[in-house]
Amino acid sequence: MNKPVTVDESLAREFGLTGEEYGRVLSIMGRTPSLTELGVFSVMWSEHCSYKSSRKWLRGLPTKAPWVIHGPGENAGVVDIGQGYAAIFKMESHNHPSFIEPYQGAATGVGGILRDVFTMGARPVANLNALRFGSPENPVTRRIVDGVVRGIGGYGNCVGVPTVGGEINFHPAYDGNPLVNAMTVGIARQDRIFLSAAAGVGNPVVYVGSRTGRDGIHGATMSSAEFDEDALSKRPTVQVGDPFIEKLLIEACLELMATDAIVAIQDMGAAGLTSSAVEMAGKGGVGIELNLDAVPQREPNMTAYEMMLSESQERMLMVLRPDRTELARKIFEKWELDFAIIGHLTETGHIVIKHKGQLEADIPLEPLADEAPVYDRPSIAPTKPEELGSVHAPLSLDAMLLQLVASPDLASRAWVWNQYDSTVGGQTVRRPGAADAAIVKIDDTQIALALTTDCTPRYCQADPRTGGAQAVAEAWRNITATGARPLAVTDNLNFGNPEKPEIMGQFIAALEGMGEACKVLDFPIVSGNVSLYNETRMPDGSTQAILPTPAIGGLGVLEDVSKAVGLGMQADSDLVLIGATKGQLGQSIWLREILGREEGAPPAVDLAAEKRNGDFVRAEIKAGQISACHDIADGGILVAAAEMVMASGTGCELESPDSGIRPEAFWFGEDQARYLVCVADAASFCAKAAQAGVPARLMGRSGGNDLILPSGVTISAARLKSAHESFFPALMDQ
Amino acid sequence: MKAAIVVFPGTNRERDMAIALRRVTGQAPRMIWHHETDLSGIDLVVLPGGFSYGDYLRCGAMAAHSPIMGAVRDFAAKGGHILGVCNGFQILTESNLLPGALLRNADLRFLSQDCHLRVEVEGTPFTRRWKKGDIFRTPLAHGDGNYTADAQTLAALEGEGRVAFRYADVKGRVQADDRASNPNGSVNSIAGILSENKRICGMMPHPEDLVDPLMGGEDGLPLFEGLVEALVR
Repeated sequence: MNKPVTVDESLAREFGLTGEEYGRVLSIMGRTPSLTELGVFSVMWSEHCSYKSSRKWLRGLPTKAPWVIHGPGENAGVVDIGQGYAAIFKMESHNHPSFIEPYQGAATGVGGILRDVFTMGARPVANLNALRFGSPENPVTRRIVDGVVRGIGGYGNCVGVPTVGGEINFHPAYDGNPLVNAMTVGIARQDRIFLSAAAGVGNPVVYVGSRTGRDGIHGATMSSAEFDEDALSKRPTVQVGDPFIEKLLIEACLELMATDAIVAIQDMGAAGLTSSAVEMAGKGGVGIELNLDAVPQREPNMTAYEMMLSESQERMLMVLRPDRTELARKIFEKWELDFAIIGHLTETGHIVIKHKGQLEADIPLEPLADEAPVYDRPSIAPTKPEELGSVHAPLSLDAMLLQLVASPDLASRAWVWNQYDSTVGGQTVRRPGAADAAIVKIDDTQIALALTTDCTPRYCQADPRTGGAQAVAEAWRNITATGARPLAVTDNLNFGNPEKPEIMGQFIAALEGMGEACKVLDFPIVSGNVSLYNETRMPDGSTQAILPTPAIGGLGVLEDVSKAVGLGMQADSDLVLIGATKGQLGQSIWLREILGREEGAPPAVDLAAEKRNGDFVRAEIKAGQISACHDIADGGILVAAAEMVMASGTGCELESPDSGIRPEAFWFGEDQARYLVCVADAASFCAKAAQAGVPARLMGRSGGNDLILPSGVTISAARLKSAHESFFPALMDQ
Repeated sequence: MKAAIVVFPGTNRERDMAIALRRVTGQAPRMIWHHETDLSGIDLVVLPGGFSYGDYLRCGAMAAHSPIMGAVRDFAAKGGHILGVCNGFQILTESNLLPGALLRNADLRFLSQDCHLRVEVEGTPFTRRWKKGDIFRTPLAHGDGNYTADAQTLAALEGEGRVAFRYADVKGRVQADDRASNPNGSVNSIAGILSENKRICGMMPHPEDLVDPLMGGEDGLPLFEGLVEALVR
């Protein structure tokens, strides 16, 4: 950027603005903007920062409940978890960077979401993720899985926040566009929550953390475009993470937050210094003046444009009380982090940027925010899928079960989890795989959080509305299955190009389904992130969209952590099936893995039944009547039973279904709102369920070390596990 | 027993260790920032786990030169008791307070899993609550836990009863070339060692993360209970 650049519509287009949007810039400014000003407009109005395609539809989602302290609009959602504590949490995507450079893309995704949470005053206590990779047969997949897993572990392990849960799917639709969604959960005292709205004209604006380099310039714009064959040449726009600095930043910020020095604070995420300065001043209704000479810089001769658009990691912007500046400086010096006063708040209502004695930008903040484009993009409603016709099992039940537990979407994730530190902090009550949701205790209390991430993209592809509802319902069910009370949701909406009416139609329908489920289940959405343009441009010019993937991060609370249950089969118990079974095989894992077909309608989501069955299960867990619980999801009843056996090594003899449903449909159908539970006495338990209007029936009796099918065929826990655990090592260590 | 936990930039298991020590002593340990140099009145110094200085040089190499380490050396020279866990073990080897070195795990991946340890020597302040041959479970979480030492050092460690813990399977069988029971590939399956005077112990796994039935067990508790017994004043 050393040679003079002419700012015009063609440059604006290069920066990702449309001609119409550039026209708005001209009318707001009343003149041709400077390069830096154009840069500020282009990132603030990018899809990533402005939500211009999605905002209209996000407004329709339920976001309120008596326990919600801060919903969408802050850096993360905040809910009341009792005893004066708040849980602060959010999920965010780093999809595009993770394809270009998997290790750094995933690592900085973790770093970014951590900052969104600790910037509000919370100590991060748990990380989760939701990952989607291409086909295991695609040779690129292995490299991406390896880099993403190493990146998540490399960052999370070093900062000392346990990675306690997550989900992974494989599908060819993600071949050129994997999804890396990272979630962080933190804990704060309710009276020590920090917000981003700047206040106090004259107050100093302080920069802390890493120095600014040229990395990540225009990252937000890159995240707002489809991939093409040149994607890999964009590697310089991927940022590089430093988890050690992040760890110091967490400790220094929390130390400062224990004082009264901070007026407002925000991390520098996408669009770096630009978005943090613009959003803080804009929310506070004040102006802000920055002197870039004071910005700590990693490289010489950086221009104003470069500094304003850099996405260098591990940086925060704060507004401090002037009389506490020295106190703050001492804390950051102790942690050996840069600390610089780079500006102050003004009463102009403008962002003014100066560098080397030159005025580089002077933009009115109100129109920058208020006149940001919002699009009501054309959409085509998804067509209802055809119901699946009759299908027949080609193999015996035991052969199909062994094939399913070894399949990519159901195989053991231990190879992945074992690279994530899940115990650091000493509060992890249930580690990955031990319960349907991870359980993390709050130190010095009996309160624990139940945490999960869920989405079934193949359902969303077939029927976005049902799939959106199912993702929310499954998160709610997974939390319920531990005994916890589901409280709230963060979402990460991953879709294709919104300029295509059919993609916009998927988006709208999925949000309708999600919204309805959140409403019925009293499970509001308190934070989230939208990632669009998840498509790969093929050599022939066509584009391939990902499966619609509205990933749900669910959070629940247990008032008494000692009541939590896991999914491992408990010895000498009756195994009871809760919920109605119709044997719906449309879009099931069985259909895909055994018959090689992705067809039909996904299982129906009956939210009233979901709530009734779940409320019953939760109450019985609380009453101590259930010793193990597992929700029935991918793979149906038989896979769920096998997972319970593998988790504890205790076997189970299954009853004949005797249901009038074909065996493969009964055992592998994916009907929703169902659980398998271990109870002492099925008869009295089922009678109680009947009184509550909840379908329940004896499904088996636990004991020994084998899973025994009604036919008498016996599969040992060891044999199941050996099939279950083979997939990842075979894929990755070949 | 008055315990102190040293906190370096990048230390991240200091709170886990504090919970374990509080559990056995009934009082919060003193947290010592690495710039401090005063260890007066302390019976046990703990170097906890984490990524001091990001592990960007060799693990523990930078921390070994922190101001507090001069005081820790003096403390050791006077016969003080020191426990180093994970990154703390790496710092002890980098400071030459314990022999040998910790290399990248044999399969070059970070490992986070439970392992089983076999107690190799009884009666030390760190193992007195166990009998030789006892097996206990403990989590481990590290990328560089592959213990190695030259032949002479190994002979000394083995000959002088200074191997405190070995990785083993659940039945106590030790097999160094078996990644299931010796996950990081340590020589002779060594998981923890002692100084000549047996008052300094370094180990890779995290007994401090298994001191509460709620978190899955109390297998790590005897180590801390034993220290309290040994260091009672």
